[in-house]
Amino acid sequence: MSTVSSSPSPNPPPSSDQLAEIAGRIASTVAGPAAADVDKHSRFPNETFDALRAERMLSVLIPREQGGAGARITDVALAVEALGEHCASSAMIYAMHQIQVASIVRHGHTDWLREYTEQVAASELLLASATTEEGIGGDVRSSICAVEHDGDKFHLFKKAPVISYGLYSDAILATARRTVDSPPNDQSMVLVPRLEGTLERKSEWDALGFRGTCSDGFWLNADGVVAQVFADSYGDISAQTMLPTSHITWASVWLGISTGAVDKARQVVRKDARKAVGSTPPAAVRLADLVATLEQFRSLVHGAAADYEAICDDPEALSAMGFAIRMNSLKVSASNLVVDIVGRAMSICGIAGYLQRTPVSLGRSLRDAYGAALMVNNDRLLDASAQMLLVHKGDR
Amino acid sequence: MNDQIREVVAAYGRLPVDVSGLNDDDDLYRAGLTSHASVNVMLALEDAFDIEFPERLLRRQTFESISAISEAIDQIRQVA
Repeated sequence: MSTVSSSPSPNPPPSSDQLAEIAGRIASTVAGPAAADVDKHSRFPNETFDALRAERMLSVLIPREQGGAGARITDVALAVEALGEHCASSAMIYAMHQIQVASIVRHGHTDWLREYTEQVAASELLLASATTEEGIGGDVRSSICAVEHDGDKFHLFKKAPVISYGLYSDAILATARRTVDSPPNDQSMVLVPRLEGTLERKSEWDALGFRGTCSDGFWLNADGVVAQVFADSYGDISAQTMLPTSHITWASVWLGISTGAVDKARQVVRKDARKAVGSTPPAAVRLADLVATLEQFRSLVHGAAADYEAICDDPEALSAMGFAIRMNSLKVSASNLVVDIVGRAMSICGIAGYLQRTPVSLGRSLRDAYGAALMVNNDRLLDASAQMLLVHKGDR
Repeated sequence: MNDQIREVVAAYGRLPVDVSGLNDDDDLYRAGLTSHASVNVMLALEDAFDIEFPERLLRRQTFESISAISEAIDQIRQVA
């Protein structure tokens, strides 16, 4: 296995209940101040990730005995939310990385993968993912490329239309058909350390929002040993770990964006109120209504995170159809709520929110918000839920 | 019962392979059963055996193989 040269961080791993506070501090002092530049130049938020690494925040989901913080998913979700208030791209990268870490911690049973997990903790490595593929029409539970076995070695070539922060990652978790003879849905996941030549960039990410995620398209070319292939099928990894952690951490990003937008609306209403002390500004009622929706959103996300945490060690419960429907519903609701909330915050902020360079500018948040319904398209999730509801009786 | 299950899997499982070539314990997902198709298999099984799969059985593992489906149906019939 390749060793990584970066020196281990001097700080001890944080405790789980410190995560939100640390992330909040980094968000307001580092990620927030850089957010406009990250967005403008569609560049990776290096300063945010340097700060997160220094606090050993990348390895928090790894158990303590393997060098991490043994953090709870609920605390990680709060950290994502805190980042999202100030820089949605940073929050999304952090969220996507944690989904990969959760997968390797929960399903990386081979010696090679266990050793790599310790490496992630020792060197605060950043993990990316290559699940989509050219030609599959967005269905990540289906692959064209295959793991080509040759004794204890393998070769993998994948045309990935998107690998978020691929060029800034240390390794990529890629899906492929289990063998060259496997049908499209019989998938494996492989951990591919990013070496010289692993990724050949084919397209550039120039999107409306989440511009700092640098989700370029690549051809991925990997050779390695079969111990880099996860023993669990991707179907199981997806249902038990990736689906819940994705939807919970993504929803946390969007909740963070919403909280940040509502904060700006609050500032505007307070300022108006100070101008005419004694009378309630007209927008104050709108703000009260908006805060009620934000509270609903917060309960939705925190409730789902707590429910997942309660059953996260129970593969049977995680594989249940009712749970999959619940997680799909979380994603659909959360991605709609963020657009609703940011839009309403904009109408409270008025022209100051519409302008690009005021302290209460909401343009970036609005652009980021519209991405939520598209990353794993809501239509696809609703279609999957619709199918399941044909047999699911609704008891939980 | 397994023959009847096979008929349902053949009709609704949309497998790229011939179901008669599969053993009772072969992994249906590895044979190409998608989660979409598995829902149709469930619906057809409910109809064919006049049963209802309860929530606790609505999971991937229940439909993993012909014999897993058969065990599930047995369980449901015992409770009924």
